[in-house]
Formats: sequence, structure tokens, C-alpha cells
Amino acid sequence: MNKTIKIDGVEIPFKEGQTIMDAALAADIYIPHLCHKPGLSPHGSCKLCTVDVNGRAASSCTMPAAEGQEIENDTPALNEVRKTITQMLFIEGNHLCPSCEKTGDCTLQAIGYHLGMLDGHFPQFYPRREVDASHPTLVLDRDRCIMCELCVRASRECDGKNVFAISGRGTKRHLIVNSPTGRLADSDIELDDLAAHICPVGAILIKDHGYEVPIGRRTFDLHSVAETDLDEVILTKARHHDEGDDSGEKEGGVYGV
Amino acid sequence: MTPVKKREAYTVSKVRVATTSLAGCFGCHMSFLDMDERIVGLLEHVEFSRSPINDIKHCEPCDIGLIEGALCNADNVHVLKEFRENCKIVIAVGACAINGGVPAMRNHFTLQECLEEAFLDEIGVDNPHIPNDVEIPLLLSKVHPIHEVVKVDYYLPGCPPSADAFLKILTDLLEGKEPSLPKEMLHYD
Repeated sequence: MNKTIKIDGVEIPFKEGQTIMDAALAADIYIPHLCHKPGLSPHGSCKLCTVDVNGRAASSCTMPAAEGQEIENDTPALNEVRKTITQMLFIEGNHLCPSCEKTGDCTLQAIGYHLGMLDGHFPQFYPRREVDASHPTLVLDRDRCIMCELCVRASRECDGKNVFAISGRGTKRHLIVNSPTGRLADSDIELDDLAAHICPVGAILIKDHGYEVPIGRRTFDLHSVAETDLDEVILTKARHHDEGDDSGEKEGGVYGV
Repeated sequence: MTPVKKREAYTVSKVRVATTSLAGCFGCHMSFLDMDERIVGLLEHVEFSRSPINDIKHCEPCDIGLIEGALCNADNVHVLKEFRENCKIVIAVGACAINGGVPAMRNHFTLQECLEEAFLDEIGVDNPHIPNDVEIPLLLSKVHPIHEVVKVDYYLPGCPPSADAFLKILTDLLEGKEPSLPKEMLHYD
């Protein structure tokens, strides 16, 4: 007999070992998230996927599904909290959408749309962050980094390279590059790596490919972030062919295809 | 017995709207005008006070103030405060007013670096000197969105917001409804 959990009153099945997020995605239920990608180990850092599990708040990407859980997800109260988290993500970096090549393809922006975010609410931090344009094909603009560690995990778990890591704490937290000089050009990242394509915001961009798809016809101009099968759509851009992964993490995930 | 006053001509009082551009590119105003002939219908209910559309320079008491652009100098702050004092409803229009937008990209640098680049070091600069005239408003050390200085009632995101979005928010307000943007009109770019 299938084990089940209830999300917003809807009973859905889950397999042993699945998180609430895994079970929800498999059942086409959208729980807003930024730092989670099926196939990569869960991180639990963005907190957008916070749900109420039997009355207690938990990150659905790290919380294992268990028989009999009653989960609240799409409620006005939770979405309001998620909107506040999204506003904080916007104001603590330099997320100036009109000047970003990623606009329309940016998951942070799309979540802002999904949650009806109209403004940043809080005073802007306008932090000064370093841009690394040293690499011939990639550019790293830390202004937009939201520390989701998707590139860190993709490089480690899929590319087998360990190019990225997060260093520092609080407002001084930043993405570092594993190379003798700390520059992207001196690392072993390549254009075909998943880490080069997985960034949900415009922090890691591919050079020489700006504005190929006009604004208005980009991913989130045509799709809502709440479409749970969107990962395939987004990654049609990715030119990742590395299937030689021994971690087993990505099995069954979109990157395992 | 008090004399019966002669009945005056019946006039519908129009909603007074003021608009301005602070540190911005006027793109939001251009987008506003993109509503084309629909502006005629709007003008049956609305009259413009201070606005670049009619070149009135000061904001009189108004119902709605549409503000495009961020704050980059002392005059921007002065104009913004004049709007807030005179407008019942202030709407932050466009990315610059809401989060600083493109003008805020200068926040990556010091004011000195910006001035030196623009007026001393830039290629093709003739007679290099940093302008210093009492007529020129003092620059703020950083560009700020308008909600950091005055209370903003509503936000209309976009770079620029579409003419449809302008029309939607104004129509909602004219009908006495709480303004809301449908999902397809919500854009930050």
C-alpha cells in the first residue's frame, strides 16, 4: 500500500526516502523554491519552500515525507512570508532587472511575479561585490548571487570539479572560485559544465550570447514558475552532456536524463 | 427668506493627476503616452497638474502623483517631497522609482569616481573640469528608490510599465477600487 501525505488537503503518495518537495513535485504540486533542483542534494538555504508540517514550519526540500503528515503550502500566510523572503533577497544584492541579461529567464524574478511582489519594501543594501569577467566564455557577477549554492553542488556532484564555494558570513558572504588566483579564468570550469548553466539568477552568465531571445519571449514571459515540469524547459539552454556521475544523487532527476 | 441662488453650470470635478520624472529616462512617461487614443477617454475623468506632458512646473494639491525615476540629487528629493505634500496618493512608477533601477548602478562606485570618469577621464572630454555651479543640484552620494524618503502608496513595476498597466492602475483608482495588476502585466523589466 502506498504511503501518503496531505498537502493543502490533497492526498499524495510518496516513496520512502523522498522529501516533501520530491513528493510534491512528483504530484505536480508547486512549492516555491530557489535553492532546490531535483537531482542535486538538498540545501535548505533559501527557505522559500517553508511549509507548515502538522503546524510546525519546515523546509520542504530537506524534510523527509512521513506517513500522515498534514502539510499547508499554498496559504496566504505562507505566501506572504515567502514574499518577504523574496524582497529580502532582492534588496540585499544588486538585482536591477532592466540591466540584467538574465531577465525573463531568472527564477528569483519569476518567484517575485508568482508571489505578486511589487516592490522591495526594505531599504536597499546596494552592496559592492566583485565581478569576475576573466574567463573567456563565462562571467561571474556576484551582484546577483543569492548564495543558493546550486553552482557549488552542480560542480561538485555532476561536473566532478569543485569549482565554487561560499565563503564568509552575513553580509560578507560571497561566492569564491577554486583556483590559485581565485579567478574564474584559472579554474577548470568549462562551458559545457552544469555549473555554468544552473544559476537561477544572473550571477553566472555565458558570454557572447546576450539577448538572443528577445525580452517578452523568454522563459518566464511565457511560463509561470509554478509549472512543475519547467526544469526541462529551462535546461534546454544548457549544453550539459556529462552523464558520468558516480554520486548517484542525480538518478531520476532531470539531469540524469 | 434667503434668495435662491442661481444654479451654476453642472460640472463633474475631475481627478487631478501630477506626474514627474526624477533620475530616470522618461521611458515611463513615453509608455504612459503609449495608451494612444485611450488617453482621450481617460481625460474625461482626469486632468493633469504638474507634468512634463503640459510643462507645469509645480505640483498643486492633487489626487494622484505618478513618480518615475530614482533620487540622485537634492532637486529630486525636493520635487519628491513637494509631490508627497500635495498628492493624496503617490505611485512609484517603474524600476528606478522602486529600487533605483539603472541609475543605481552608479552605487557600485564612489561619487568622485563617477565625476572623474564623466568629466575628466572619459575619452573625448573637451576642457576637462568637474562642473561647479550653484544652479546645478548637489548629487547624492548614492542613488535611492523613492520609498526610502517618502511614504509610497502604490507600486507600478516595469521598465517601463506597459500602457495597459498604467491604464489598469488609474482605472482601478478612478473606480474606487484597490489597484491590482494581473499576473501578465507584472514585469520588472
